[in-house]
Amino acid sequence: MTELSPILTIASRDLLKLLRDRTRLVFTLVFPFIFIVLMGGTLQGNLGRAAGFNFIGFIFTGVLGMTLFQSAAQGLISLIEDRETDFSQEMFVSPISRYSIVFGKILGETMVSFIQAIPTIALALALRVPLSPFQVLLLVPASLGACLLGGAFGVAVMSLLQNQRAAQQIFPFLIFPQFFLAGIFNPIKVLPWYLLPFSLMSPLRYAVDLLRGVAYTGRPEYDKVVLFNPLTNLLVMAAMFGGFLLVGTMMFVRQETNR
Amino acid sequence: MARQAHGFSYVANVIEVRDLVKRYRKAEKNAVDGVSFEVRSGEFFALLGPNGAGKTTTISILTTTLTPTSGSVLIDGRDAVADAAGVRRQVGIIFQKPSLDMNLSGEENVRFHAMLYGLYPYRPFFRLMPRLYREQVRELAGVLGLEKEIFKPVKTLSGGMKRKLEIIRGLMHRPRVLFLDEPTAGLDAASRRNLWNYLREVREKYETTIFLTTHYLEEAEEADRICILDQGKVVSLGTPAEIKADLVEEYLILDSEDRPALRSELQSLQLGFTEQGQFQVQLNGHSAQEVIRSLDTPLTVLKTHSPSLEDAYLKIVGTAME
Repeated sequence: MTELSPILTIASRDLLKLLRDRTRLVFTLVFPFIFIVLMGGTLQGNLGRAAGFNFIGFIFTGVLGMTLFQSAAQGLISLIEDRETDFSQEMFVSPISRYSIVFGKILGETMVSFIQAIPTIALALALRVPLSPFQVLLLVPASLGACLLGGAFGVAVMSLLQNQRAAQQIFPFLIFPQFFLAGIFNPIKVLPWYLLPFSLMSPLRYAVDLLRGVAYTGRPEYDKVVLFNPLTNLLVMAAMFGGFLLVGTMMFVRQETNR
Repeated sequence: MARQAHGFSYVANVIEVRDLVKRYRKAEKNAVDGVSFEVRSGEFFALLGPNGAGKTTTISILTTTLTPTSGSVLIDGRDAVADAAGVRRQVGIIFQKPSLDMNLSGEENVRFHAMLYGLYPYRPFFRLMPRLYREQVRELAGVLGLEKEIFKPVKTLSGGMKRKLEIIRGLMHRPRVLFLDEPTAGLDAASRRNLWNYLREVREKYETTIFLTTHYLEEAEEADRICILDQGKVVSLGTPAEIKADLVEEYLILDSEDRPALRSELQSLQLGFTEQGQFQVQLNGHSAQEVIRSLDTPLTVLKTHSPSLEDAYLKIVGTAME
């Protein structure tokens, strides 16, 4: 397959860029620390007993899902903004297919965001979030799922918003409400009727719930934290991934050839 | 004004642009408005024009990153719209903005380019790349005098070096045409000259066609042919000499202590002239010597004015703006 090599090239460039950028690397370490230790710690101290589950574990799974999803989505959205900077210009004038650009970029941004899962999981272990080695192992594919879904979400946002500068400005409005609708920091086991449909529409909700399904499996508080069966989450994620990717990629390629 | 190349049994036009029109969405005017020209194989062709003339739009269509509203573009016989991938394989582009990843090494930038163009299969490390590639990179580094630096982050290189690295990278896939979009913007005079010398070598070695857009008139002066765009239209096209000859006439500047005598003499010789303190005498095909010889009035000032490309350019663009 002649397009495989360019796809790997685009993906590995993203990964190399992350590894060479020390400021960005430090940030990926600090970010989960702020949320899990500062936010999880204070919530656990004040509300943990009343809630009946450990807030550090709750925030850890939420932040893990959020970081991966958001990072991958943002990476994809930057594709258009970047078309006039650095090496990205080369990508758009090279003889590779536009589909390869999207797939290479999703693969690359998935790897980039996935790397951020490592310090986050390590931090959770250091804070004694009860995780068996098997659960840690299962968190790997669940994290990958969050990255891939975020990437596909990013492709859809990028291509549906015609003005690319607007995409960058509107993105916070698409991601920020999801933090609360998906229950990153706040339990959403009980939701008012008017918020429930919005919560069910949030892709991030399923990615986070899948991670929680893995992290809380076998724990007594499982039912208090986890919303859906992991299999249900996986199916919804797969369907959303397919839908976003199909619509997003088609729109992107059409816009690219018809500007 | 495009010269027809008579005397050649076969002249290959590597670029053919016919009636090119581009109107951006929601725009009221065409950014490119019926542009036609051709570029011959191996030619050094310069596209000149003020800001907003349509240079970048034209070069973007020629390099397939923008689709035209109407008209046709053939690059090496391939249609820029129908066979965009085919065209992309035939062209190299040096962008106006730097197109190197600053945190990656020079070699990595070159390697990614080579892999995107399918010259080599994907390998994550230099030492895993085929021997041919490694030799090619070492040779390139030698040409640039970057034997050690090629493996260091690009951000440690000077501006001129970065530009050269981009050109070398752009030539990796041996394009038929190398597009340079204001390549020397932001470079100091020494780096500019250095870069031009290097490009000259490239043309001689690979017979690459060079398509340049520039603001610097002295760079365009070196071109085989120049196309001047203004407000989306071609306002002049030809060799630098032709453009100068067609648009700015040579004239003599004369003066005498006895101006009335000089005036009547010029009138009787039926030479066109204007008076702005001194006399500007149009040569109209005559040589300066002929004119001087036929004058008896003693002169106090005698100057010939030969136009520069800048005169021609300002006149063309100035007229169009009026």
